[in-house]
Amino acid sequence: MTLIQKLLAGAGVAGAVFVMAGPAQAAKLAISCGAVGQELTLCKEGVEAWSKKTGNEVDVISTPNSSTERLAVYQQMLASGSSDVDIFQIDVIWPGILGNHFIDLNDYMADEAKKHFKPIIENNTVDGRLVAMPWFTDAGVLYYRKDLLDKYGEKVPETWDEMTKTAQKIEEAERKDGNSKMWGYVFQGRAYEGLTCNAVEWVASFGGGTIVEPNGDISINNDKAKQAIATAAGWIGTISPDGVLGYDEEGARGVFQSGNSVFMRNWPYAWSLANSADSPVKGKVGVAPLPRGGDDGQSAAALGGWQLSVSKYSKNPELAADLVKYLTSYDEQKRRAIKGSYNPTVADLYKDKDVLDANPFFGDLYETFTHAVPRPSTATGTNYNKVSSDFWQAVHATLSGTQTADQALPALEHKLKRTKRSGW
Amino acid sequence: MAHASSLTRARRRSAWIFLAPMLVILVAVAGWPLLRTFYFGFTDANLSDLSSYSFIGTENFYAVYDGEAFGLLTDPEWWQAVWNTLFFSVISVSLETALGMVVALVLNQNFRGRGLVRAAVLIPWAIPTIVSARMWNWMLHDQFGIINDMLMKLGILSAPIAWTASPDWAMSAVILVDVWKTTPFMALLILAALQMLPGDCYEAARVDGIHPVRVFFKVTLPLIKPAVMVAVIFRALDALRVFDVIYVLTPNNPQTTTMSVYARQQLVDFQEVGYGSAASTLLFVVIAFCIMAYIMIGRVRLDEGGH
Repeated sequence: MTLIQKLLAGAGVAGAVFVMAGPAQAAKLAISCGAVGQELTLCKEGVEAWSKKTGNEVDVISTPNSSTERLAVYQQMLASGSSDVDIFQIDVIWPGILGNHFIDLNDYMADEAKKHFKPIIENNTVDGRLVAMPWFTDAGVLYYRKDLLDKYGEKVPETWDEMTKTAQKIEEAERKDGNSKMWGYVFQGRAYEGLTCNAVEWVASFGGGTIVEPNGDISINNDKAKQAIATAAGWIGTISPDGVLGYDEEGARGVFQSGNSVFMRNWPYAWSLANSADSPVKGKVGVAPLPRGGDDGQSAAALGGWQLSVSKYSKNPELAADLVKYLTSYDEQKRRAIKGSYNPTVADLYKDKDVLDANPFFGDLYETFTHAVPRPSTATGTNYNKVSSDFWQAVHATLSGTQTADQALPALEHKLKRTKRSGW
Repeated sequence: MAHASSLTRARRRSAWIFLAPMLVILVAVAGWPLLRTFYFGFTDANLSDLSSYSFIGTENFYAVYDGEAFGLLTDPEWWQAVWNTLFFSVISVSLETALGMVVALVLNQNFRGRGLVRAAVLIPWAIPTIVSARMWNWMLHDQFGIINDMLMKLGILSAPIAWTASPDWAMSAVILVDVWKTTPFMALLILAALQMLPGDCYEAARVDGIHPVRVFFKVTLPLIKPAVMVAVIFRALDALRVFDVIYVLTPNNPQTTTMSVYARQQLVDFQEVGYGSAASTLLFVVIAFCIMAYIMIGRVRLDEGGH
């Protein structure tokens, strides 16, 4: 590694990362974890407990909320071989992109790994190396306002059409009542990875496939996918504010939690925040599977979730692996599930009474969580980012009305073919 | 030219000796990265492993596979980015120059508290772009933003506008924030030129009873024109490589993606260091072309100061 690369890495880290802890000292660890919702607080508490137990000091570094931006920061740090961060919190779609930079955790926790959901362990295994331990899993769910559905005698919608009608009805009635800020549905419509998750759900719920099929075929240009995206485009300006085109997870939660939306698509973490003491919608929120595409459609939730990886360039890989083992353990996942409604990856925790008391929907939605639809990150390998970016651009253009789904999807197929050329 | 005297030659030599350290540093910090970027533009380097890459000639720019053309020059998104950049630069620099002129003329008058006002006007320029862009992001928010709230209370809007998200408004929002931020810079440069104007022309004009507007167009404007032309170059250079304000306000929006944003996306998001470097190289070429055209058409003299 050249001096210039080191300097660049240093500048990247200093510029993009916010160091949240005390003075520097020799032989201590640094972990980068997310800051969406209560993530940062929970991460700090978990890390502190381990610090106390083992007497080691750990810096907690927070990174950008947008996963697209977070990956950019990670790539710059890892490409330069920086040892500044020992443990990285990585997205479920990144093991293929970043795996080369991480150590094989099988050497440290092969037995523990067996207790976690098998598909996630497989997802995190690259060429036989376990490059990441599952920390929490995620699946898109539908949040709804119980009080409003009761008030207007509506039931929880099972198809997107039902949801559209219910949302429209309640939105109009509430606005007539004087609540001019009321909207029907908020989701993640900003042009970033979150929109890919939302759109994968729409397309899959209509039976339109997963953009690129597991065997590598590009399948997105089909009538069901067009129907799905056109349906979503119909929401903008009617049941969803135009601003939804700029919302991420926290943007959508802001509108829903301040009481200004009937429905919201989000990840499970929003549950405990919506029910926190100062939340205006405390006790009025329900969670259901996302609606189906139609009578012959199915409910589809995008598979999300975050893992912990130990950098190859860490100066204390054994110590770092021990912290990962602690953070992904049964007890720590239980604490996070109760305090922050983060979905555990240890199957036994879905039968744990304390966990179910805190998150009553965990039991009902167990199927949703275990059968979530993966994004095509395995099939497209290192090209996944480009595929996802082209996809969310096409969807965003359709939602914002600059293109129709009939125009956007053939163009997207063409672009994906160019990226694929002879193979992924 | 006659032979220079030995004294002149000695002076030239010492001038070069004193310049040498600066030139070496300039080559190291500016020349080397630039050349390396040019070179990477002709390779297939990838961010995930920068130690191995191969030379692929001009394939990043233009290549044909199976009868279909690939490469930067055939990418409609790249041309959209070029168009966005030029549109942004022309509109925002024009607005900034016009508004900066107005502000400078006001600040050039004598009034109480002038020093304070001059300092206050500079505040938008002093705030880091990232911070001001984030601040505007909140003010322009469709649900909680103060701009929508004010416009609705004034009865100008009936429903909030998603300024940074909607394709119709995103570019306007970016230009608005850029004009807010950079007008003080133009005002400052124009003010400096105004301060150097000779007073006797104005006295003569006043004695002759010429209308102030006519004085402005016939005396002030021609006299400060060289300084304004140079100020416009500074701004145009900045505007053509604009990145931060757009990246924060309207990330990933094709309507506002500029050449720098496009190059960064290829370099970092897609890990295509080779292709991204090719884009950066073209960005350099486009900027150089624009500035050269401006200097030639505007007959700007850069080596004679402001006169």
